[in-house]
Amino acid sequence: MRGQDPGGLSLMRSWTVLAAAAAACLVLAFGAAFSQEGAPVKIVPRVTGNAQPMALEQIPPLGRPIVDDVKRMRNYPEQPPVIPHSIDGYQLTLNTNRCMDCHKREFTEGSGAPMISVTHFQDRDGQVLSDVTPRRYFCTACHVQQTDVQPLVRNEFRDAKDIGRKP
Amino acid sequence: MTLSRREMLKAQAAGVAALAANMSVPAGAQPVPGGVESLQIKWSKAPCRFCGTGCGVMVGVKEGRVIATHGDMKADVNRGLNCIKGYFLSKIMYGSDRLIQPLLRKKNGVYAKDGEFTPVSWEEAFDTMAAKAKETLKAKGPTALGMFGSGQWTIFEGYAATKLMRAGFRSNNLDPNARHCMASAAFAFMRTFGMDEPMGCYDDFEHADAFVLWGSNMAEMHPILWTRLTDRRLGHPHVKVAVLSTFTHRSSDLADIPIVFKPGTDLAILNYIANHIISTGKVNKDFVEKHTTFVKGATDIGYGLRADDPREIKARKAADVTATTPIDFAAFAASVKDYTLEKVSALSGVEPGFLEQLAELYADPKRKVMSLWTMGFNQHVRGVWANQMVYNLHLLTGKISEPGNSPFSLTGQPSACGTAREVGTFAHRLPADMTVVNPEHRKLTEEIWRIPHGIIPDKPGYHAVEQDRMLKDGKLNFYWIQVNNNLQAAPNISNETYPGYRNPENFIVVSDAYPTITAMAADLILPAAMWVEKEGAYGNAERRTHVWHQLVDAPGQARSDLWQLMEFSKRFTTDEVWPTEILDANPNYRGKTLFDVLFKNGQVDRFPLTEIDPGYENQEAKHFGFYVHKGMFEEYAAFGRGHGHDLGPYDLYHEVRGLRWPVVDGKETLWRYREGLDPYVKAGKGFEFYGNKDGKARIIAVPYEPPAESPDADYDLWLVTGRVLEHWHSGSMTMRVPELYKAFPGARCFMHPDDARKRGLNQGAEIRVISRRGEMRTRVETRGRNRMPPGVVFVPWFDASQLINKTTLDATDPISKQTDFKKCAVKILAV
Repeated sequence: MRGQDPGGLSLMRSWTVLAAAAAACLVLAFGAAFSQEGAPVKIVPRVTGNAQPMALEQIPPLGRPIVDDVKRMRNYPEQPPVIPHSIDGYQLTLNTNRCMDCHKREFTEGSGAPMISVTHFQDRDGQVLSDVTPRRYFCTACHVQQTDVQPLVRNEFRDAKDIGRKP
Repeated sequence: MTLSRREMLKAQAAGVAALAANMSVPAGAQPVPGGVESLQIKWSKAPCRFCGTGCGVMVGVKEGRVIATHGDMKADVNRGLNCIKGYFLSKIMYGSDRLIQPLLRKKNGVYAKDGEFTPVSWEEAFDTMAAKAKETLKAKGPTALGMFGSGQWTIFEGYAATKLMRAGFRSNNLDPNARHCMASAAFAFMRTFGMDEPMGCYDDFEHADAFVLWGSNMAEMHPILWTRLTDRRLGHPHVKVAVLSTFTHRSSDLADIPIVFKPGTDLAILNYIANHIISTGKVNKDFVEKHTTFVKGATDIGYGLRADDPREIKARKAADVTATTPIDFAAFAASVKDYTLEKVSALSGVEPGFLEQLAELYADPKRKVMSLWTMGFNQHVRGVWANQMVYNLHLLTGKISEPGNSPFSLTGQPSACGTAREVGTFAHRLPADMTVVNPEHRKLTEEIWRIPHGIIPDKPGYHAVEQDRMLKDGKLNFYWIQVNNNLQAAPNISNETYPGYRNPENFIVVSDAYPTITAMAADLILPAAMWVEKEGAYGNAERRTHVWHQLVDAPGQARSDLWQLMEFSKRFTTDEVWPTEILDANPNYRGKTLFDVLFKNGQVDRFPLTEIDPGYENQEAKHFGFYVHKGMFEEYAAFGRGHGHDLGPYDLYHEVRGLRWPVVDGKETLWRYREGLDPYVKAGKGFEFYGNKDGKARIIAVPYEPPAESPDADYDLWLVTGRVLEHWHSGSMTMRVPELYKAFPGARCFMHPDDARKRGLNQGAEIRVISRRGEMRTRVETRGRNRMPPGVVFVPWFDASQLINKTTLDATDPISKQTDFKKCAVKILAV
């Protein structure tokens, strides 16, 4: 089996929640600091370039993959879920698909992994096949791992649950 | 109330989940509050904003915001699928740093080149801009005025830009960023078939028996076309896939024939295959005799560097790099005879067995072959040749213009074909494959545009790389950049691009949705509406034109590029920009604004607002008082109708999931040039390459010539640049989507573990990548998706804080003027 989070999941979860809360506070504090400066555009090197665009700056370390096995809520139902575990060294080739060892329908009872969605059985014409359709064979075209870096700029996308529905 | 054990467990699980998501839990099950309407989402079609594949997307809107997107089941391109970027389209417009007002560099309340960005009104922005443009026109004339556009422009925007530049300001200094992307492909189409764009279409994926990827990594760059190819390969065991590249990547994972060759030697491999086809007697003689002619191309054509560069002086011997002379089959056969298996295997570093298997895919008459390529061929100092040499293989064997037999040039931008090529926003081009150097083409264009003869200048303008050089040299002084990030994308930027932007003689305007590195180096930033914030039309790589409605409003004062171009045109009168003698001969054009003569010309303003679908907003139309998009489309369509570029009626495009031109009698054309499939081929011809007057395609004899710069003792590694799956182009949209950013948070240098070890570098170590032009800092990646051979490194260019284009060489294909971003020499040192 692939490496899983060894320590209690619930503990990990509460830490995740705490960390998220702490991060939110930081963002608020920083946001306020920047708005006080009053500059119409904030320098965020990875999207705006460095303050001196041609200058060399220190490069942050490569992010570490998130492998806590905690499912992330999707932004909308059609979004492909992100991969919350390590896929280091997974073979995904003409001859073998390591992801299917756990996510294939027949193996989910043993692996506890989510079954590939029903859409993954449909061919180009929408007909359901008895196993994953070849067009969906390369999982990583849609499912990606996440690293532990903080987003560069806030994204103001609003979830459908907060729009139009009456409480 | 009693709860069963199962209900207890369920309630607990819901509680834990709710806690994690920070939500409150309702006391029990409830009916839908507010009724089912409160759950309903308004779904509308649009093409994806990213690559040239042109997937159909359904966009869900609620209360003026995009809340979800998914692949359109009815779109033939993708049938319900999207790649990871496409699935996150919902978030690309919502980065918190969207530009919402014009920003002008000011000091003490007035414009100053060294001033700070200050919010201004559109009025002040356009006033300053118009004053600068008029100052430049007066001092140096139209050649000092230029514009850099995009294959992400909608068709309307590109069309408005080409009209404003060529017919308004009388400058051909208009080029799209597509010059960096597929100029080589476009030139090769014209040189081989006399007509641009592929003869086949994506339906070829379901019919081919073999796929050959020439330097393309479709698994990451065209993921949805890769799903179609994968579907065919895995579903039909006889199908073979060959992947040629300078390193091993995700596409290689599906390859039956994986080939890693030394950079630049693809030319030799192509000639070897031609030689193999001839020497094994597999030439389709009937086809070749009836439908092709042979030519020899000029050789020693140089590298498109500055004329005084010693490498250019040494390599450039041809007087006319585009010249071709007629030869016969025997002369062609002789030209490829020396490209033997042994010789080419030694030159390219590829196992002879793999080369033979590859050649047999083309030679075997029973195998239908689809060849696919993008930047590997196009960004190549011999990119036009490489494109033409793959056509050679398909023409020698007659494997063309039928389902499954298809040389297919992929594109990188959503409207590289639709806008850059078809509308003709290149420095030398006009709509429908016409050029500014041809007097008849200019005349026809002036007639359709209803402007006096003699307005369109006859000399091609500066191409992309030349524009940067001219900005630096102070010959191009007013420059407007729309929908692209050229300070990140162009080659050799610290020497050739940035100095031009900051040259005190120049005024630089950038229209964009986000503050990119290019915007930050400008003097005036104009906030742009993007994607479904406006009505638009794109043309994808298979000649499919698709149209979408405005679905949401742009934030703040952001306006579409179309609005910006049209509104700006109001600030100039014909007397200010057109020659007196032309106005004397055509006095009725006197005193009119450019808006009047270009857009309120009785054609573009022909359709009233009532023709707009009442279910959708249309910001530009309401502002100008007529249905701009329809008027512009119908005027533009006049160029191609009856000439093999037929577009359907505009309203039809709102109904369907795109149509592949030529659209004749309401029917799209899937395969061109073959009788029975293409209505333009005359009965009894079999095939007709009607772009050329003789109806025949050209097979070209050209040799292997080495790259502009190869590794040596001082700079000992090949550098290849490119993209990754999660980020599109310069990352200005995808880096602002948290999930995409977190999936691939920054550029890095993929290298072979032995190359790293030799330099004492560990995985993740910080390094300097240094060329003769400049250096950038990044980190080492010896693992992951790209597996490099020793001596070759790969660095993607999406990261604005790690500018790999400070190191790249501004060498171009001398015919297409497209930069070779795939081959230059670097060294790597630890920080």
